[in-house]
Amino acid sequence: MRISVDREACVGSGNCVFFAQGVFDQHPDGRVLLLVGEPDEGLRAATLTAAANCPVQAISVNDA
Amino acid sequence: MTENAETGSTTGSLPVFPLDRRKCPLSVPQEYEAMRADEPVAEVVNRMTGKQAWALTRYADVRQVLGDPSMSSNARNPGYPHQFQVPEEMLPYIAFPFAAMDPPEHTVRRRMVIPEFTAKRIADLKPRTQAIVDARIDAMLAKGGPVDLVAELAVPVPSLQFCELLGADTEHISYFRNYAETTTGRDSSMEAVAGAIAEMDEFLDELITEKTRNPGEDLLSRIAAKLPEEPTLGHDDLVAIARLLVIAGSDTTANVISLGTAVFLEHPEQLDEVRRDPSLLPGAIEELLRFLSILDSATVRVATKDIELSGGETVREGEGVLALNGAANWDPARYPDPHRFDIHRDAEGHMAFSYGNHMCPGANLARMQLEVVFGTLFTRIPGLRLAAPADELPYMFDAHAYGLHELPVTW
Ligand code: HEM
Ligand code: SF4
Repeated sequence: MRISVDREACVGSGNCVFFAQGVFDQHPDGRVLLLVGEPDEGLRAATLTAAANCPVQAISVNDA
Repeated sequence: MTENAETGSTTGSLPVFPLDRRKCPLSVPQEYEAMRADEPVAEVVNRMTGKQAWALTRYADVRQVLGDPSMSSNARNPGYPHQFQVPEEMLPYIAFPFAAMDPPEHTVRRRMVIPEFTAKRIADLKPRTQAIVDARIDAMLAKGGPVDLVAELAVPVPSLQFCELLGADTEHISYFRNYAETTTGRDSSMEAVAGAIAEMDEFLDELITEKTRNPGEDLLSRIAAKLPEEPTLGHDDLVAIARLLVIAGSDTTANVISLGTAVFLEHPEQLDEVRRDPSLLPGAIEELLRFLSILDSATVRVATKDIELSGGETVREGEGVLALNGAANWDPARYPDPHRFDIHRDAEGHMAFSYGNHMCPGANLARMQLEVVFGTLFTRIPGLRLAAPADELPYMFDAHAYGLHELPVTW
């Protein structure tokens, strides 16, 4: 799976970090910082939960 | 929707919202269940404005509305269903917080504060939260039960941390304490509340002036330092931002601490599980947030264009919407047996912190503080119990943020 984030749309809720700490972090400006663009299988469920809980759909998952 | 509320012709027959929780205090308003079945998009009268608005009780609709940028938070829009008393002729002159603005004004202000609540900052604050909580529990133990947990723990922890975070001298904690106690107090008169708000404004105004002149290592200094880069913002905007943080960040967490303690003590088997396995605590706190939904009626919007909801209902441009997050969080289509407090349920997706571009920026701070408080309280005082029956506690039935005036506990 391949992840991308839209920092312009991000409102810095921190929800993605709460659900998938190893995959997302926050830049010092408060907005999302993608740590891992292609998370392992082990992080898959957490990553999908994080993406589904982004309040502004700033996280895209390409699950090809 | 017709203009009946203004002419008064049918107002009498429409339910007045928000509803209260008197029927069952540890539940969202029980009427929601029937509404969701009979009229999930219900015409109601919004108490503070006397105007009609739509009350939404389905998860799907609340999520859709809060996630839709065309659903406005602009408190100056005449259709906005205010939850505080605001005289209509004053609307253009009131300094609303950014919670009541839309982009781009909202975006500029929100981006000033989100650097303060990153995962890293919250991790850095955690040891201090632990020290504050430990000291309060030492004090409770030294005093001996029964004590009022609201006064001993729930109010002091967030207010002391906020005071430190903002960079106010802790000798000024009394302002924050007084502010929280007066604005949450059952016996506070309107004048006392107005006085506490004015006192807080004056205090923040002076503090920000001081932080601009002599910056320190604190939130207000950092925000003040960024002000010159923001051509659209001035000193008064910073005061408004600081006031929003104080309002949004103190009572809310305090209320989840007090109500949450009551809920845990009412579910002793689940509390035992959490005590034995602290890794269950974060999930239990998400469930607690869902279950309590203390800001159920804080998520209100006004439509800036017509939208269609999940059952085919239409909300028209200019109409107010109460996107009740507590009703959504108790929709059995999303959370089976919603009335059951169940720490093993996956409460993921709850909207107690709202959803969309206004989603609470303090969510992870609140989560951390709740984890420290509950993780410490129930292990350090294992015999903790309520000193009054749960259904007779002094609940804040009429408050904007649901909570408890007092919580007598002993051990
Ligand atoms: C358990 C505690 C808390 C709950 C349940 C809660 C809930 C909420 C909700 C429902 C909203 C959204 C209103 C809307 O969508 O219109 C909100 C907004 C907000 N909250 Fe919290 N909150 C909590 C704690 C905090 C804390 C600790 C802070 C401190 C920094 C905070 C700061 C804010 C701010 C600044 C906003 C406005 C955000 C915006 O409009 O963009 N909250 N909160
Ligand atoms: S969940 Fe979405 S809005 Fe929140 S920090 Fe992550 S990307 Fe940004």
